[in-house]
Amino acid sequence: MTEHSYLIVLLPAFSFLMIVFFLRWKEKIASLFSIAMIVTSLIMSISVLFETIARNGEAYTASFTMAQLGSFKLQLGLLIDPLTAMMLVVVTAIGTCVEIYSIGYMKDDPRFSRFFAYLSLFLFSMLGLVVSDNFFMTFIFWELVGLTSYLLIGFWFEKKSAADACKKAFLTTRVGDLGFLVGLLLIMYYTGTFNYEEVFAKIGMDVFPPAMLTLAAIGVFCGAIGKSAQFPLHTWLPDAMEGPTPVSAIVHSATMVAAGVYLTARAMTVFVASADASFFVAVIGVVTSLLAATIALVQVDIKRILAYSTVSQLGYMIMALGLYGYDTANGHHSPGFYAGTFHLMTHAFFKSLLFMGAGSVIHAVHTNDIRDMGGLLKKMPITAPTFLIGSLSIAGFPLTSGFFSKDEIVAATFGHPVFTVLTLLIAFMTAFYMWRLCFLTFFGKPRDEHRYEHAHESPKTMAYPLIFLAFMAVFVGWTGIPALSHGFASFVFHAEPYHPHADWMNYIVSSIVGLSGIGLAWLMYYKRKIDPDKLAERFKPIYTLFWNKWYFDELYDIIIVKPILAIGRFFWSFDANVVDGAVNGTAKVTLLWADLKWWFDRWIVDGAVNGCGWIVRAFGSLLKYIQSGRMQFYGLFILFFIVAAGIYKFESAYLNGWIFTDFLEVTTLFVILIGFLSYFAKTIVPESTTKPKREE
Amino acid sequence: MGILSWLILVPLIGMVYVMLMPKEKVNLIRYGAVIISVIPMLLSFWLTWDYFFNYSGSAAMAYMEGPYEWIPSLNIQYLLGADGISVPMLFLTGLLSTISLIASFSIKFRVKEYFAFFLLLEAGMMGVFVALDFFLFYVFWEIMLVPMYFLIGVWGGPQKEYAAIKFFLYTLFGSIFMLVAILIMYFTSEPHTLNMLELIDHGPTLSHTLQMVCFIFFFIAFAIKVPVWPFHTWLPDAHVQAPTAVSVILAGVLLKMGTYAMLRINWPMFPKALQDLSFWIAVLGVIGIIYGALVSMAQKDLKKLVAYSSVSHMGYCMLALAAYSSVTAIAGVMFQMISHGLITGALFLMVGVLYDRAHTREIALFGGLGSKLPVYTALMLMFSMAALGLPGMSGFVSEFMIFIGAFGALNKVLVGIAVLGVVLGAAYMLRMFQNVFLGEFNMAKWGGLTEINGRELLTVIPLAILTLAIGIYPKPLTDLLQATLDNLVLLMSR
Repeated sequence: MTEHSYLIVLLPAFSFLMIVFFLRWKEKIASLFSIAMIVTSLIMSISVLFETIARNGEAYTASFTMAQLGSFKLQLGLLIDPLTAMMLVVVTAIGTCVEIYSIGYMKDDPRFSRFFAYLSLFLFSMLGLVVSDNFFMTFIFWELVGLTSYLLIGFWFEKKSAADACKKAFLTTRVGDLGFLVGLLLIMYYTGTFNYEEVFAKIGMDVFPPAMLTLAAIGVFCGAIGKSAQFPLHTWLPDAMEGPTPVSAIVHSATMVAAGVYLTARAMTVFVASADASFFVAVIGVVTSLLAATIALVQVDIKRILAYSTVSQLGYMIMALGLYGYDTANGHHSPGFYAGTFHLMTHAFFKSLLFMGAGSVIHAVHTNDIRDMGGLLKKMPITAPTFLIGSLSIAGFPLTSGFFSKDEIVAATFGHPVFTVLTLLIAFMTAFYMWRLCFLTFFGKPRDEHRYEHAHESPKTMAYPLIFLAFMAVFVGWTGIPALSHGFASFVFHAEPYHPHADWMNYIVSSIVGLSGIGLAWLMYYKRKIDPDKLAERFKPIYTLFWNKWYFDELYDIIIVKPILAIGRFFWSFDANVVDGAVNGTAKVTLLWADLKWWFDRWIVDGAVNGCGWIVRAFGSLLKYIQSGRMQFYGLFILFFIVAAGIYKFESAYLNGWIFTDFLEVTTLFVILIGFLSYFAKTIVPESTTKPKREE
Repeated sequence: MGILSWLILVPLIGMVYVMLMPKEKVNLIRYGAVIISVIPMLLSFWLTWDYFFNYSGSAAMAYMEGPYEWIPSLNIQYLLGADGISVPMLFLTGLLSTISLIASFSIKFRVKEYFAFFLLLEAGMMGVFVALDFFLFYVFWEIMLVPMYFLIGVWGGPQKEYAAIKFFLYTLFGSIFMLVAILIMYFTSEPHTLNMLELIDHGPTLSHTLQMVCFIFFFIAFAIKVPVWPFHTWLPDAHVQAPTAVSVILAGVLLKMGTYAMLRINWPMFPKALQDLSFWIAVLGVIGIIYGALVSMAQKDLKKLVAYSSVSHMGYCMLALAAYSSVTAIAGVMFQMISHGLITGALFLMVGVLYDRAHTREIALFGGLGSKLPVYTALMLMFSMAALGLPGMSGFVSEFMIFIGAFGALNKVLVGIAVLGVVLGAAYMLRMFQNVFLGEFNMAKWGGLTEINGRELLTVIPLAILTLAIGIYPKPLTDLLQATLDNLVLLMSR
């Protein structure tokens, strides 16, 4: 079966295509078809898991070249090792539950088939991410789950909040992907390959300068920060709750957001090679976990509490993995890798259970606000108990899955006292806020009679998955019981198997912490011994800070979103005024120059030409009067010139040029005389006789 | 006559056909033009197929025609040929021309002249991608300006005259530099020649100064066409004013002529100048990426947004062109050229579909179209995602190759800055998508909008399929390019 494991990935894609092209209008068939596909994937995944166990966890690989240029290759490939096999089962199992659950939850939605198409596309992308054998393919599917997350959050896109949330989710995770991309570039540059095993082998050969390795590791981890909603990119996940609840259950709690953890685990060798990067990872993990837990303490929206809880739990896993890398880099033995991946699995089950339970509650009371709930235990005989089981598990109640995995996380912090204390503090807060939620929702008197009256248990399609997941929420963790000789730890491991041992001290302390969290919630919200409102009043600044989620959204709006938009507008006006202004300015200057030339041409160059003409014309217009055709004038002129010539002759002969010195003077005088005579002629000659008629 | 000549000639025959038709016979003109343009399209498909199987193993020019004497006294020849970088461009030209002609059925005014100009344009584009003689190249390069000028200036939007003149003069301005550079090359070669293949060997023998001068002159001519920041401002005006089909050709083919000419002429001919200037070319590329994306974000007009996104996307090409020593980067350029042609072409078609119905492109006026037009929305989402570089589509492959190649060959910080474009690209596309398609639907205002029709689907579906095909399995294209690019990188690294 393992050699056909690509089918596990492709079946949901097939389902997507079938629904989009053929089954769009046949809602029932569409949903059943997509469930059939994911169930087949589940069965195949289980058999792959058993085969992997039978192979003693030896990795199976296969690859396919997508593009090649010389030695540079882009490949798609399968890497089926225990981590993959485990994740395949988790994703397909929860996928199956969610699809069955959605039949009930999405009933009557006008876009019912489309929902199943999107879910199938998501499962395809997620499974592709899981089986990937190289960074490049991981990145491809990493982005594709981002797309499906976008589509699913914005499923009810008519709501502005949903439309905002899907865009925010996509963009925020993309900021993280930027780092991922830079990490990939560094990895490619120094190792020349993307294949996990080859990269890890190359790292062993010291081809990477240490600083660059740290940068690459942190870069890759940035992807995880975005996708797994870690500080400082955690703000998108709570908003993502605008999507339908089944989506929250699978995409935004159990699988996609766990992809960051998965990637960190997958690339663990890179982190182990850089203690600094690992420490960075651990710190981000614990800070996120603490931050999210504090916010979850005071929220009132049932899904948002679970969302912050998810962020917090993911921080836990990230921290455990980071500490593993740090300890291993320093030569210490650490259960961190086991703890992180183990918690990834148990959390997937109990958190999807909690989300689906919350969906069932919302379906019943039509509100997300836990202040309007209460006493639903009686009304919801399946949802309530399963939800409580899930809450016990997440609170680390002894012998539940959460208990075993959380203990290992605590164990992973040993040697780092600050981390240990914070981890226990977070565990306490987790137990508290989860049970605060439980007591407010299921116990006490109903606070909204109307909603309570109309509340009802959800249909079977929604209830059965809850029962299955509740079972898993308790028992899946038993695979990690230290008493088992071939438990989880000896199956999923990095480098060498870890052998857990029962640490009774740890068990006792963790149990006490978890139980006291539940106890405090019980006192405050069930027994009402302590008034939560008074407490909130007393610690008002802190309460306000938590209530407003540490003001991250507001901060990002001021320091990132608004400035970028402003810069965009600035460049736009720069473009229109300066860059294009230069172009248009050049055109204007050219036009101006042309105008100037035209003026020069018109008045100076042409002016000279026309001036000559004008002078000629002016003379002509005067001289024409002489030629009037009247004999008397001609006689007069002849007489006049004879006299003039006589004077000139006389002057040159007897006065020796006393009056007229040279030819020019004579000519000038002559011209003036003619002019004078012409003028004289004009005054005495009637107009009609001198003006020629042009028409003739 | 060889296949390449037919690629040029058939559209010209089509033009003559259209001109001979009486102008009232609108359908004879439209369908005739489309049918005739199918011939060069199929020829270009066959050419790609044939090249892939028979010639892609070597870098030598295939389908050579000539040299035939044309003006012997000046040693001007008729010389055509195609290799790995021109074949995909011919494919793109053939495909987009037919698609644009089909998209031009919405033209109602002076149909005859429009289709005639369009076919002349196609002939010019084909010519540019196959000409191997500088004179011939220059003729084709210039001849395209004429139909383009009229297509924008007559059938364009409200400011069509301004846009058309700006486009024409700007390109012509660049052409003058090209002409000077061509003349320098001509007169320095001995015997004087305009044969590009010979001049590629001649270029590096020039003095360093002369190489620099020629390089910069050619660069100005081609950079205006690409357009490289800061020569880009003709582009948004031309795009916004041009009719849909002309925008498609402009974005899909004309911009690529700039980058194609750089790869064909500028880069291999003056390797030393390239090596000296590559950092600054990369800087221009990175500015283009970031600047184009930021300006896109501020746009209110859908078409202008797509136009500025072109500036950003072509910036990736410039970044990768600067990384001349990396085959991966140069392959990235080719991928980006093809991918941008497909995706942006499709986006312009899609915007045109909406504009034909709504008669506005103002982003803020829309909202919630997703509930009224599901098919249109799905396609638009697909192309938006393709434009922002989502894996599984061609844009991702090209950007990824560009980053990988450029990171190895260029300043790492510069490439690190360029990577920011990935987020900004997502930001403006998603903002646009949200404002137009998500949110509350205004039934009173847009209730009359109708879903994308069959003819329009016919224009975008092939682009969608190719975008996906190249995105999912790029290997055939890398195989086709490999030999040519290996040789080109050798030439550029001389």
